[in-house]
Amino acid sequence: MLTPINVSLESLNLITLAPMLIAIAGGLVILVLDLINKKLDKSLYVMLTVLILFIDLGSVLGLTVNERGFFDVMLIDGISIISQLMLIVASMIFIPLALTSKRFHEYSYPEFFALFLFMVAGFQFMVASDNLILIFVGIETASLALYTLIALHNRVNSYEAAVKYFTMGALAAAFFAMGSAVVYALTGSIELYKVAEVLAVRMNETGLMIAIFGSSVLLLVAFAFKLSLFPFHTWAPDVYEGASAPLAGYMSVVPKVAAFVVSIRIFGMYIDLGVEWVRIVILAMSVLTMTLANIMALVQNDVKRMLAYSSISHAGFIMAALALNTTDGNTAIFLYYALFMFTNLGAFAMLWISRHKKRRFNARYDHPYEKFAGLINIMPMGAVVMALFMLSLAGVPPFSVFWGKIYVMQAAVNSGYVWLAIIMGLNSAIAAYYYLKLIVYMFLKDPVKDVDTVYYNISKPLMAIIGLATIATVTAIFYIQPLISYLHDMISMSGY
Amino acid sequence: MDNILSVLVFFPAVAGLLGFVIDKESARAYGITVATIEFLLSLWLWFSFDMSDAGMQFVESIPLIPNIGISYYMGVDGISLFILIMTTLMTLIGMASMSVTKNIKNMIVTLLFLEMTMVGVFVALDAIIFYLFWELSLVPMLYIIGAWGGPLRVYASIKFFLYTFTGSLIMLVGMLFIAYTYYSVTGIWSFALTDWYMLVFPKSMQLWLFAAFFIGFAIKVPMFPFHTWIPYAHGQAPTIGSVILAAVLLKMGTYGFVRFSLPMFPDASVMAIAPIAVISIIMVIYTAMIAYAQKDMKQVIAYSSVSHMGIIMLGIFAMNAEGISGSVFQMLSHGIVSGALFMLVGVIYDRRHTKLLSEFGGLASVMPKYAVIFGIMLMAAVGLPLTMGFPGEFLVLLGFYKVSPIMTILAGTSIILGAVYMLRVMKKAFFGPVTNKENLKLKDLNSRETWSLIPLVAIVIWLGIYPKPVLEPIDNSVKAMLHFMDEKAITQEAKDIIKLSKSTKEAK
Repeated sequence: MLTPINVSLESLNLITLAPMLIAIAGGLVILVLDLINKKLDKSLYVMLTVLILFIDLGSVLGLTVNERGFFDVMLIDGISIISQLMLIVASMIFIPLALTSKRFHEYSYPEFFALFLFMVAGFQFMVASDNLILIFVGIETASLALYTLIALHNRVNSYEAAVKYFTMGALAAAFFAMGSAVVYALTGSIELYKVAEVLAVRMNETGLMIAIFGSSVLLLVAFAFKLSLFPFHTWAPDVYEGASAPLAGYMSVVPKVAAFVVSIRIFGMYIDLGVEWVRIVILAMSVLTMTLANIMALVQNDVKRMLAYSSISHAGFIMAALALNTTDGNTAIFLYYALFMFTNLGAFAMLWISRHKKRRFNARYDHPYEKFAGLINIMPMGAVVMALFMLSLAGVPPFSVFWGKIYVMQAAVNSGYVWLAIIMGLNSAIAAYYYLKLIVYMFLKDPVKDVDTVYYNISKPLMAIIGLATIATVTAIFYIQPLISYLHDMISMSGY
Repeated sequence: MDNILSVLVFFPAVAGLLGFVIDKESARAYGITVATIEFLLSLWLWFSFDMSDAGMQFVESIPLIPNIGISYYMGVDGISLFILIMTTLMTLIGMASMSVTKNIKNMIVTLLFLEMTMVGVFVALDAIIFYLFWELSLVPMLYIIGAWGGPLRVYASIKFFLYTFTGSLIMLVGMLFIAYTYYSVTGIWSFALTDWYMLVFPKSMQLWLFAAFFIGFAIKVPMFPFHTWIPYAHGQAPTIGSVILAAVLLKMGTYGFVRFSLPMFPDASVMAIAPIAVISIIMVIYTAMIAYAQKDMKQVIAYSSVSHMGIIMLGIFAMNAEGISGSVFQMLSHGIVSGALFMLVGVIYDRRHTKLLSEFGGLASVMPKYAVIFGIMLMAAVGLPLTMGFPGEFLVLLGFYKVSPIMTILAGTSIILGAVYMLRVMKKAFFGPVTNKENLKLKDLNSRETWSLIPLVAIVIWLGIYPKPVLEPIDNSVKAMLHFMDEKAITQEAKDIIKLSKSTKEAK
């Protein structure tokens, strides 16, 4: 006869689950509301989502650092708290972008908002655990919701994007599952801290290195897909192009932050164990990713595709910090994304306000460079704001991304990788060209078509969001210090 | 007013922001007023400057990002003081003489932002703050060239931006490396230049760091193999763009050498004397020859300006008080003279919409005032005694003579070559009969143009006859720097070269 298991409620530490449960409950509330009353406007759902995220934010802020909960599968350490905060803030900026002046298909469904909240919960699970199975569940919940959100945009290329992303995501999931299986076979555990303990003991056993090596390859491939690193990046531009502009901006930040957190946990462990090979591969991938994506971005005709390649290149840039595996390096990852988030979402929001139902400028692209020609004459503030975002992305001081860049480069120099810092510098110079290209179009060329059509989709909430992103971009110099010390403290507290 | 430097930096920026509100018709008057106030503030700085103190004055230091050692740290010494005054003066004069009418408000606002970045570069004592202003100065200039320039303006502006941007990113890596070294030695993060001066690097590391900074600065100067952006930038830029570019932006590079490379890497600098001297002499002679072959008046001035930057570089790497003081003085004279020459070319371009030398001839009889001022500026550019061009050039050559007489003689030929191409311009454009009928109707300088050029003429002659008030504070700071370098140098070779200059100085 089975003996009943005695589990006290306190030992479960359910509070660690609260943030995700709030998001999920919020999603359910939205679905129920829709069941009761079909005629509710999207603005209600948008605001409701923001409010739920607000409560979510509060519950994350209330967590104490370095706790475990729920049979020890939940891990609330510093990086899980800061990454959850970043996920939620980015989501709160993203969701009001639904309040456009024109109607779009996806926002007429309340399911969009419910799915969105489920996705946020998925990402939160992903970062708040070191259990490979829970991470897997988190990844899949989030990804499946995200595929649907892309497809809801209801255009031919958004279906294409969703299917492409789904296929690639499924492949990555398979690699992740196989990698975890190998890890389990090696160590008999799927909890990373136990895995590390067992591996540390067994490192010197003959014949085992090949298996450790194999597990790292499989996991690396899985995350290279998620982080769109070369040579697994090819899906990214098409998916970004097919998704609506805000969602593309969102995808360039939030899923990547979540994937970086898991990468820090997994590959940081490998590097700590002395598997130098992982570091070399990550460095090689990051250098190739930033360089090739930059070169590809040079030849794009569409601003959105350019921004997609630029996001890939930024991800490669940050990946290098992961290989350093120092507290500075890990701080750099979060600092970079915290700054990049505002600028990049702002840039994609600027594309969003110029979105038309039909392609007016080019049969193939939604946002060709010509569309922005002479924007300074049509919409001076818009042009200036977009130029600020571009300069920030290019790494011109004192705008936000510059501080992220020098922090990453400083971290590289501190670890003795001067050559890496030089490559980063040269890549920033290459990247400057395509950002400048847009500035040149906006400021130095004459408009190609009638004046009234560029800022088609603008509305007050969108302007507010863009204004917020602009302020965050321009005044970065004043909040960098508290941001760095907070991130650095949280990360060193959790031992990375 | 202890925080006058902050006021100097941010006054134009605030004025630029407020400028968006000013009515289009009044923008010009607004800009000139603001630039005048800024200039007066910089004069105030000069009068409250303690001439006998060779160190940094009006120092302001506020920790900005203590975690990584970045602070808002500013100060001014004899070297930067006059470059700063020259910056505000040339911005004012450039703005006053400006003939642009298209989008005048944008131009004024851009110029004011540019002024902020330029002043910022010369007063920053924190490497990151320096870098911040250095990079930021590219953006307004990109816009000025790109929006008001000639037919190839977009190409020229992008080339200008990318060239400088690439170089300075390499420099940034160098800065980060020094900061890390400082941290590993002292345990404190700092980007403050005065902290960095205390670091003594081994020779090989000095060479690498020198190279990193060299790339950043040499592109800006522009040194010989990296000079290809400048003919485009000058050729396409509007008059005001060329004036600011030649007068101030190029000085950032040479100033960087004096402020960063020499005191931080004395041994590497001494080792670099020979290669840099060779490059500088190539630059002097080669660009002088190109200048001679130009058909376009503005290109002649542009190449002559590059040629004179070679003299400045030579002086800096003479490693003695005469050479460096002379070259700082030459920076000022080059700023004023080449700025004035570009303005003069702009004057004729506004009237005829061409800059080709072959279109002109006999202008002296049609535009006497113009010809006189042009003549004075030309003579100053050539380095005629009693003009501002002379003391600087003379001191540079005197200083470098102690290092290498042969190279000095070679560089001295540049004065002759300079005279050749400059006089050719003079002859072709101003003397002889009026060959082109269109030139007969040309009007002489109007009062706006006259009154913006007269102060420059006055300065050129004043400082040509009596350079002491400017030269003395420069000399003070330069000697202090050399003394410091001498103490810091680790190789005997470097000590010898730097000492040599001191002993000869005492012998006098």
